Amino acid sequence: MTGSSPNILILGIGNLLWADEGFGVRCVELLNARYRFPDGVRLMDGGTQGIYLVQHVQQADCLIVFDAVDYGLPPGTLKIVRDDEVPKFMGAKRMSLHQTGFQDVLALAEFTGAYPRELLLVGVQPAELEDFGGSLREPVRAQLEPALAIALAYLAERGILPEHREDCAEQLAPEQLALGRYEAERPAEELAYRHGDIRFIPQPGRGDD
Amino acid sequence: MSSLPNASQLDKSGRRIVVDPVTRIEGHMRCEVNVDANNVITNAVSTGTMWRGLEVILKGRDPRDAWAFVERICGVCTGTHALTSVRAVEDALGIQIPYNAHLIRNLMDKTLQVHDHIVHFYHLHALDWVNPVNALKADPKATSALQQAVSPAHAKSSPGYFRDVQTRLKKFVESGQLGLFANGYWDNPAYKLPPEADLMAVAHYLEALDLQKDIVKIHTIFGGKNPHPNYMVGGVACAINLDDVGAAGAPVNMVSLNFVLDRIHEAREFTKNVYLPDVLAVAGIYKDWLYGGGLAGHNLLSYGTFTKVPYDKSSDLLPAGAIVGGNWDEVLPVDVRDPQEIQEFVSHSWYTYADETKGLHPWDGVTEPKFELGPNTKGSRTNIQELDEAHKYSWIKAPRWRGHAMEVGPLARYIIAYASGREYVKEQVDRSLAAFNQSTGLALGLKQFLPSTLGRTLARALECELAVDSMLDDWQALVGNIKAGDRATANVEKWDPSTWPKEAKGVGINEAPRGALGHWIRIKDGKIENYQAIVPTTWNGTPRDHLGNIGAYEAALLNTRMERPDEPVEILRTLHSFDPCLACSTHVMSPDGQELTRVKVR
Repeated sequence: MTGSSPNILILGIGNLLWADEGFGVRCVELLNARYRFPDGVRLMDGGTQGIYLVQHVQQADCLIVFDAVDYGLPPGTLKIVRDDEVPKFMGAKRMSLHQTGFQDVLALAEFTGAYPRELLLVGVQPAELEDFGGSLREPVRAQLEPALAIALAYLAERGILPEHREDCAEQLAPEQLALGRYEAERPAEELAYRHGDIRFIPQPGRGDD
Repeated sequence: MSSLPNASQLDKSGRRIVVDPVTRIEGHMRCEVNVDANNVITNAVSTGTMWRGLEVILKGRDPRDAWAFVERICGVCTGTHALTSVRAVEDALGIQIPYNAHLIRNLMDKTLQVHDHIVHFYHLHALDWVNPVNALKADPKATSALQQAVSPAHAKSSPGYFRDVQTRLKKFVESGQLGLFANGYWDNPAYKLPPEADLMAVAHYLEALDLQKDIVKIHTIFGGKNPHPNYMVGGVACAINLDDVGAAGAPVNMVSLNFVLDRIHEAREFTKNVYLPDVLAVAGIYKDWLYGGGLAGHNLLSYGTFTKVPYDKSSDLLPAGAIVGGNWDEVLPVDVRDPQEIQEFVSHSWYTYADETKGLHPWDGVTEPKFELGPNTKGSRTNIQELDEAHKYSWIKAPRWRGHAMEVGPLARYIIAYASGREYVKEQVDRSLAAFNQSTGLALGLKQFLPSTLGRTLARALECELAVDSMLDDWQALVGNIKAGDRATANVEKWDPSTWPKEAKGVGINEAPRGALGHWIRIKDGKIENYQAIVPTTWNGTPRDHLGNIGAYEAALLNTRMERPDEPVEILRTLHSFDPCLACSTHVMSPDGQELTRVKVR
């Protein structure tokens, strides 16, 4: 990447209202709060925008995605996937919870002929997804730092060295959604029913079959 | 127009077909139908298979914060929920927004509508009519001639252009990454377009993808960013300074306003030269597809939208109202505050009330889940093979207007606007029907044509045209008002909670892309006490009620003949014509959302 300015998109995807589904968004939130990246590196909170993210994928030469992905591994396991492997890992059963799966977004980008040259997926195995309004569980929260380290090392290999911020970053999402406030103001357990659909996630010990 | 059957009259003796999940929608939905010996649908059961929990996470939070949470409940209608939420809070606290904010919100709302409608047609619905595999057989020259005949004003029409698209498609299909097109039934005789029309549509699929990325930039100008633009109680989250020349993050200035104008023009050209002609061309070839009207021929509801004069609902370009029993001569007034009008029932939903023969107005709404299956369910609790629709069978509640199940959405808005005598709408609808009759040689009347699957898809395209046309008026009004010296974008008089009453309640309404949307809020001691939303898919995807009234999805599927019952092309056509979005009407979570649709015939 010498000589030309980089064109890198660092994308966090997932729904931050759904417990560990917020992992990807929390990763870019942290990166944004801590570092100042050189021109040509963009951070984005992609939420569950699915197909609406395609133009951002098309524009990137290099795409780094943080997401909670169900690999069937122990909760909190980080799994790193690169390049051609990425669509496969985002498309199989029980992989992504977004209806227009990110695999479709990648396929659309490929169809239009504008596809990133390099892809890195930093995925975490979620511990809990059914807790609507909840936040990251401990095993997943513990992987925030390692996930950032992986992305930063990947960027460093490409000559991208972000500076530590002294100032306050312009936030990617409104402040009421920032991790600290989101968690502090969440309704108490007894006020908010926090259980999912037992047909999809049977819960042993609760009397559901 | 046939009479609307009651649930008790439906014939469920024939083979049962289960489609789960219904694909190319937002959220998780399952559909079961019975077909008779001629493969005609005689009974339909639609169910939201996930639990919703939007309201509970807002309890106790600052009402000024709610918009950012509701913006995250769905990947599709982000801004619609945010706008409706700030309206609910403003209504509760008696806040009126400045004229600039009114116009900017209109522009953002219409941008969302245009974006959503175009993406829906090309990227979610087109594949119900268009066969991309068949497009490989097209002659690029003939495709070029077809394009020039369908839309002489559209620039991208050369044989070389279509040859390039075809080459790209071929490469994509041959790479084995069918990804996008994997769920199709491409050899089903229900697909009727000639290869050239299929190729033209694939080209427009790509053009629409380009267009959508530009139109949403309007959200970035006024909302600071996209995805997830910013909203604000009391106004809009951007400042205005025409003398400013700054770049990103700077106040809205003449450079950014001209940028917005260019995007509006692009979207107008696309809508008039590509989207509308495509819908009419598809309709002409699928002229037999006058199925799927269902409830649309009977009961329709709209809260009204695109208000021209602030706080004057009579100036809505698409007016509020209700039509009952197919009587287009009388548009009834709708009051979203009246506890007797809008009520939610749960007798067939997986929730419980003390008395399930009574409905609750959303201000008094209760969301207490109760998952239980009827005695005639086949399968187990965790692996349902066949639902028992005589019992509770959906995570969607059953909203009713004065006891009636109602269809909402672009078609409801259009029929109500037509029946209310809106001239712009009448011209559009009459023009479209004339074009349809001319190209097909038919002589259909409006009541035969509009309440149908095709009519629903057409109404969405017409609404897109109305939105882009009226965005020009909003833009002119905004620039005129700013030039006259008004720079106000927010009313912050009541920003501080110390100025609020101890208790307040309000309602925010909007017409989202999919239909009538309402957020009802109760505020106590500066915090959210209760928050209930009735979203469009709750209306259309409603289960039955205790009196056996059936909802829009179920009614629309009845009497449709399927070519091959194990390939639910026809079911998808009609369901997609509603643009279902179950992410907010039910739970978002879908562990097997990526799985191919299973279709089971029993």
